[in-house]
Amino acid sequence: MSSLRARHPIAVFATAVALLFLYFPILVLVLNSFNASRYGASWEGWSMRWYQLLFSNHSRDIWQSLRLSLVIGVVASVVSMVFGTIAAWALNRYRTRLQQAHFGLIYLPIVAPDILMGISLAIFFVTLNVERNLWAITVAHITFCISYVALAVLARLQDFDGLVVDAARDLGANRWQTIVRVVVPLLAPGILAGGLLAFTLSIDDFVITFFVKGVGFDTLPLKIYSMTKHTKEMPVINALSTLLLTFTFASVWWIQRLTRTRSAT
Amino acid sequence: MSEFLVFDGVTKRFGDFVAVREASFAIEKGEIFALLGPSGCGKTTLLRMLAGFIEPDEGRILIEGEDITKLPPERRPVNTVFQSYALFPHLTIRDNIGFGLKMAKRPKSEIDSEVDRMLDLVDLTEHGDKKPDRISGGQKQRVAIARALVNKPRVLLLDEPLAALDLKLRQRLLVELDDIHDEVGITFLYVTHDQTEAMAISDRIAVMQRGTLEQIGTPAEIYEAPVNSFVAAFIGDTNFLRGKVVTATDEEYSQAEIEGVGEIRLFNDRPLKPGEEIALSLRPEKIRIESHAPPTDPGLNAIEGIVEDVIYLGSMTRYWVRVGDQRIAAERQHSRYLLDEKLPSWKDRVWLSWRADDGCVLSDFAVEDTELLSIPPDEEG
Repeated sequence: MSSLRARHPIAVFATAVALLFLYFPILVLVLNSFNASRYGASWEGWSMRWYQLLFSNHSRDIWQSLRLSLVIGVVASVVSMVFGTIAAWALNRYRTRLQQAHFGLIYLPIVAPDILMGISLAIFFVTLNVERNLWAITVAHITFCISYVALAVLARLQDFDGLVVDAARDLGANRWQTIVRVVVPLLAPGILAGGLLAFTLSIDDFVITFFVKGVGFDTLPLKIYSMTKHTKEMPVINALSTLLLTFTFASVWWIQRLTRTRSAT
Repeated sequence: MSEFLVFDGVTKRFGDFVAVREASFAIEKGEIFALLGPSGCGKTTLLRMLAGFIEPDEGRILIEGEDITKLPPERRPVNTVFQSYALFPHLTIRDNIGFGLKMAKRPKSEIDSEVDRMLDLVDLTEHGDKKPDRISGGQKQRVAIARALVNKPRVLLLDEPLAALDLKLRQRLLVELDDIHDEVGITFLYVTHDQTEAMAISDRIAVMQRGTLEQIGTPAEIYEAPVNSFVAAFIGDTNFLRGKVVTATDEEYSQAEIEGVGEIRLFNDRPLKPGEEIALSLRPEKIRIESHAPPTDPGLNAIEGIVEDVIYLGSMTRYWVRVGDQRIAAERQHSRYLLDEKLPSWKDRVWLSWRADDGCVLSDFAVEDTELLSIPPDEEG
C-alpha cells in the first residue's frame, strides 16, 4: 500500500523538491570545499588544498575552538544527564504544587528566546563577578541542556513501572543498588537520547555563548562566524563543515544501528 | 501454636482515612494465610507494611520474636510476588531470578545452581535466557514466584498474584502454587479479593473490611460460622432471616419468630435470650426444596412457598422462593438429573426445609451487606 502511494508522481515530485530545498545548499558547500577557486562563484577544478590548509599549522585556532566546544559539550551533557534525570524523577514521582512550579522552570529555557537566556546569564555572571572562562560557558550550557534531558527522561518515565523499584528493594537491593541496577538501566534510552540532544545543542549554540564568553574563549560556532568575516578563510570553513557533516551522518547511522540491534534481541 | 509472624496493634492512616485499624493477629509457621476483602479494605496496606514499603503509625510487626517494624525492605526476611509481577524488563529470566542472590553477594557458581533449581521448580528451564517480554503471563507469574522463593524468605508475600490471569490459568496456577508451598514449606501470606482463591489455597483466612479484621479462621469456619453479615455475604451466597427469639428451648436450641415466615428452630451459636433481635445466615445449599411436605422432625424447619425464579446452572439449579415477604434462595444438586423426580418449576408450590443447626446466628447484622449477595433478596428477578 504505502510503496504504491509513494510512487504516485505528485508524491515523488514533492519529495524531490523538499529534499532539494533541504540539501542543495549543503551539497554546494561540500562541492566548494573541493573547489580550487578561493571564491565559490566559479569552478576551477578539484583540489584538496583547503583540507591541507585545515590540517596545517595555519588553522591551529580552529582545532583549539573545536576542542573547547567538545570539552564544553561533553561536560555540559554529562552534568545535564545526571541533574536532568534527577529532575525528571522528582517531576514524575511527586504531584505537588512545588513540582508544578519546578516543571515550569524546566520548561522555561526551551521556550525562552536564546537571546534572553544569553543576556540574563551575562548580567548574572557580571553581577557576581564570575570569571568568564570555559566554565562560565559550560554552566550556561548546562542551564538549558538540563531541560532537554529532563523532558526526554520524563517521556521514558511514562512507561516506567514504579513497582520494579519496590521489587528491587524487596529482593535486597539498597537505595543505591536499586538506582544503579534497575532505575538507570531502564531509563538509559531516555537519558542517552537527552544527553545526545544536549550535546548537539551545546556544540552548535551560538547566541548564549556569544553573550556569556570572555575574550579568547571562542567555541567552534563563534570561531566559524569570525572566520566568515575574512573571505579568504571561507574555503577552509567549507572543508571543516564537510568533515563535521560526515561525522554527524556517521554517528546518526551508528546510533540507529545500535538501537535497532538492541530492540531486535 | 507457635507465634511465627505477629501483627501487634498495627494501625495506618493516610490523612483522615484509616487504612488499617489496630490489626492484631498471628500467623503460624508454614501455613498459607490469606488476607481477604474487597478493594480498599486495607489488605494490601497490611502486606506492604510487612514488606517494609509503608511504616505503620502505631503497633509492631514481629517475625520469630524479632521486631522488624523499622527495618528497610532490603533487610527484612520476606519477599514479595507483586500483582503485576514487576519483573525487571532489562534482565533475562535467569538474571531476574538471580537478582536477590546477587544482591546478597553470593558466589557466582552458587547463584547459577540455585537459579537452575528454581527454573526447574517452576518448569521454565528452557526459557532462562529470554527477556520477560518474550514469555506469557502465566510464565511471568512463575518467574515472579521463583525470583522471590530463591532467597528462601521466612515469609512469602503474594499480592493478588493471579488477578491478571484468565480463569482457567488461574485455577491451574492455584494448584501449582499449592504444590510449590508443599515443596518449599515456607509461610505464605496471600492477599486477594477473590474468595474462591482464598478458600481453595489457604489454611486460614482473615476477612477484612474498611481497615478492620472481621474474622479469622479456617475456610470452613469462615464459611460455615461467619460472625457477622459482612463475612456471611462476602464469602459465598446466603439468605438472611431476621426476627426475634421467642423461647429458649434448651441448652442448644431456641425458637424464633421470623418476620413474614413464622416460627423456626435455631441452634444457639451464641447464648440467646428471649426477646433478643437476631439475624440468621442460611446458605442456599443447606435448604432442601421439595414438592411435598417433609416428614415432621423436631430438628427440621419446614416452610411453604412459591417458586419465583429458577436458574439452571448445570451441576445444580438455584431457586428463589417467595415465603411471606421474604425471598429465599435454595439449591438443588443434580447428581442424577435426567432420572430425578420432576423438578419444581416456576410458580410451583414447594416446601423448603433445613436442619436447625445448619443455620448460623450472626452476632452482628448490617442491612447494606445484603448488597454483597449475588442477587439481593428483595430484587425482582
